Amino acid sequence: MTLRSPLGRVRGLGSAKQGVSHFWWQRLTAVALVPISLWFVVSVVSLAGADYAHFRGWLSWPGNTALMLLLLFAVFRHAQLGVQVVIEDYVHDEGLKLIGLIAVKFAALFFGVFAAVALLRVVFVGG
Amino acid sequence: MVEFALPANSKVLPGKSHKAPAGATRVKTFQIYRFDPDSGANPRLDSFEIDLDDCGPMVLDALLKIKNEVDATLTLRRSCREGICGSCAMNIDGTNTLACLKPIEEIKGTARIFPLPHMPVIKDLVPDLSVPYAQLASIKPWMQTETPQPPDREVLQSPEDRAKLDGLWECILCFCCQTSCPSYWWNGDRYLGPAVLLQAARWIHDSRDEHTGERLDELEDPFRLYRCHTIMNCTSTCPKGLNPAKAIGSIKEKIASRQF
Repeated sequence: MTLRSPLGRVRGLGSAKQGVSHFWWQRLTAVALVPISLWFVVSVVSLAGADYAHFRGWLSWPGNTALMLLLLFAVFRHAQLGVQVVIEDYVHDEGLKLIGLIAVKFAALFFGVFAAVALLRVVFVGG
Repeated sequence: MVEFALPANSKVLPGKSHKAPAGATRVKTFQIYRFDPDSGANPRLDSFEIDLDDCGPMVLDALLKIKNEVDATLTLRRSCREGICGSCAMNIDGTNTLACLKPIEEIKGTARIFPLPHMPVIKDLVPDLSVPYAQLASIKPWMQTETPQPPDREVLQSPEDRAKLDGLWECILCFCCQTSCPSYWWNGDRYLGPAVLLQAARWIHDSRDEHTGERLDELEDPFRLYRCHTIMNCTSTCPKGLNPAKAIGSIKEKIASRQF
């Protein structure tokens, strides 16, 4: 129980004075994902039935490698920002929320790096 | 975690039934949420049959008729009965609106009336709005300037600058939008909500105010402002036809633009 006034509760710890960077990155990655996803779908469809060597040749072209890396970055960054919002919205236990927010950042970073390493391995090592 | 079901002592149970007077031809049933904090009982849903031939056209007319003629304990806020005071905001037929502006004939079948959603209920249709009022106070809804006011005249504003306040100044603070917002339901203690953010926008866009930056500083917060996910319930429910979602978008735009 607390006898704190409504205004005291509402003012709380004050403004975090941040949030615009989250907002901006979410929009930026969303906008970037529209053309990159289109490119990805068109590419995958046109590569249907191709063998490994053909696919590797396609992926090794620097433009395609770069776009694939950007796709991975945008997907994982956007997903992390989105899941963060879901956790902030719905998880009200402060401990669980903090664990969730850290976990989703680590998971996005790990899987993002993992996917990028796998991609570069195909390009540079192959096999 | 978020609670998707009502706590056991808030479950709404069936209540009393009041029949229409004999000889009534145009009968409409109103189901009204009742809660008496002194009784310790669960809320209940009472039914009232009203003869529309003997009742004014708006939902508020029916509520006052019930209070005057059937059950004097029915408790609700009302004042102006013409959509300018915002007192009679409630959930009618599934949508938050003003009882005085809602024609009964727009409601098909039984009219179901509840207090504004997800607020503590004081009694019947009267919600506790002390948190939204405190949130409104927290954004300092008044003019803040450094330049002393000229001693011989008002602070001037061009017609173009005045036009930027259209769609913002008309808000009557009924909190229909505030209590329609799922984000406000889940995080109402930290998210300022559409009504309060629309008021914040009203001062941010006022050319005479000199504290725009401080106002934006106070709002730049993952919960205070950025809990708005553009769900748009606020805009679709506003009984004055305003667009709080757009006003919130304009605040986000202002905060983003000061980076560049």
